[in-house]
Amino acid sequence: MDVLIEYSDLIYEGLKVTLALLIIGLIFGFISAIGVALARLSRYRVIAYPAFLFTSVVRGTPLLVQIYIYYYGLGTLFSQVPGIRSHFLWSYLRDGFWYVAFALIISTAAYLGEVIRGGLLAVPKGEVEAARAYGMTETKALLRVRLPRALYQLAPTLAGETVLLLKSTALASTIAVVDLLGAANQIRSMTFEVYKPLLLVAAIYIIATYLIEVAFAQFEKRIPMKR
Amino acid sequence: MNEAMQLLGFGEGGWGPALLSGTWVTLQISVGAFIVGILIGLLTALAKLYGNPFCQSFARGYTTVCRAVPELLLILLFFYGGSSLLNLLFDYLGYGYIEVAGLPVAIVVLGLVQGAYASEIFRGSILAVHSGQAEAGSAYGMSQRKVFFRITLPIMAPHALAGLSNLWVNLIKDSALISVIGTNELLYTAKQAGGSTREYLLFFVAVAVIYYLITLISSYLLRKLEIHLRRWQPKH
Repeated sequence: MDVLIEYSDLIYEGLKVTLALLIIGLIFGFISAIGVALARLSRYRVIAYPAFLFTSVVRGTPLLVQIYIYYYGLGTLFSQVPGIRSHFLWSYLRDGFWYVAFALIISTAAYLGEVIRGGLLAVPKGEVEAARAYGMTETKALLRVRLPRALYQLAPTLAGETVLLLKSTALASTIAVVDLLGAANQIRSMTFEVYKPLLLVAAIYIIATYLIEVAFAQFEKRIPMKR
Repeated sequence: MNEAMQLLGFGEGGWGPALLSGTWVTLQISVGAFIVGILIGLLTALAKLYGNPFCQSFARGYTTVCRAVPELLLILLFFYGGSSLLNLLFDYLGYGYIEVAGLPVAIVVLGLVQGAYASEIFRGSILAVHSGQAEAGSAYGMSQRKVFFRITLPIMAPHALAGLSNLWVNLIKDSALISVIGTNELLYTAKQAGGSTREYLLFFVAVAVIYYLITLISSYLLRKLEIHLRRWQPKH
């Protein structure tokens, strides 16, 4: 146990990286997911079909492979651009963090996009028609009626998707980002503790999952409902 | 382009055979872990539904932990924790140090992770069978065996299969995580190929295509099977 206390700073830093990945993935992934859902439901095949292909490919391949494609594949391509090493963006392009963040946003957009699409389809047609009859434009009806209705229905699913995203952030450790799991791996290589650091961060993940579920349960309570 | 085909091909200096055998290992791991996961899942589901309080809370704890902790962490934990436990045991029994590695370990580790999800699928589908229907079967004089095969299983199957096909697709994707413990499955092979040729993008895109084809083909076949199993249900 002493060892773990000694390295608590490292774990704390790792926790911050994990939470940063979770929040970035959640916010930007969520916004993109709404776009993906709307594109999937578009009348025009030129919009709907690429969106379908996007979700199908992203959901059909391992996230780890996607991360490797971005990090090793695109990262190598970037490094071949002449003069890029002196550019101010280079420190970002070299850091694995942003590749993982990008991969998480893309994957959240695809998975959550399908979920939101289902939610939008489940909104009763009459409600949308009522909104239009009140003179709302299509955009306003979307923002004030269709999306809120869809999201309220999906609240329990959203909690599950957030937990899945939290678990996906652990893949960052495979490309040398020091997130929670990365911190545990570092402690393991510095001390000779084989599994204690892993048990500790597993406990942190369980607590984080519990907190996410509690937060979403609070959100669900505030949903206006006809009783 | 020509160069790329040569690198992926089966000629001299081509990584085709290696990628093919990597695909084979990935499929072996996935099928093995699927079977292990189903067995663990069934036992856990039965423990949750009919077990004594101790079994119930153990099963519930196992499910909660496996669903809240990242798969990658679980794989590392089961792998390193499990191997040091095994070595402790072997030491105690007077055998020497053993190297834990390879296909069987990958299968057991991944099966343990997926068993938790499988148990929830089975629990749900067992609960979906109305007890009155099984009772009606035995009222007609069917033996308990016949009730299970003619009533419970057909009603349960489509419910379970929908979940299990999801599980299978997830398993194929999660099998890529096994590359971190050094089993030479598909992604691990691609990493080696990328490292020795410096053509990372080419090889990672190539394995992405292979994974995509596997998931596409298996979800197509599973959908066919599900339609077949649902044939007794009324069409809406």
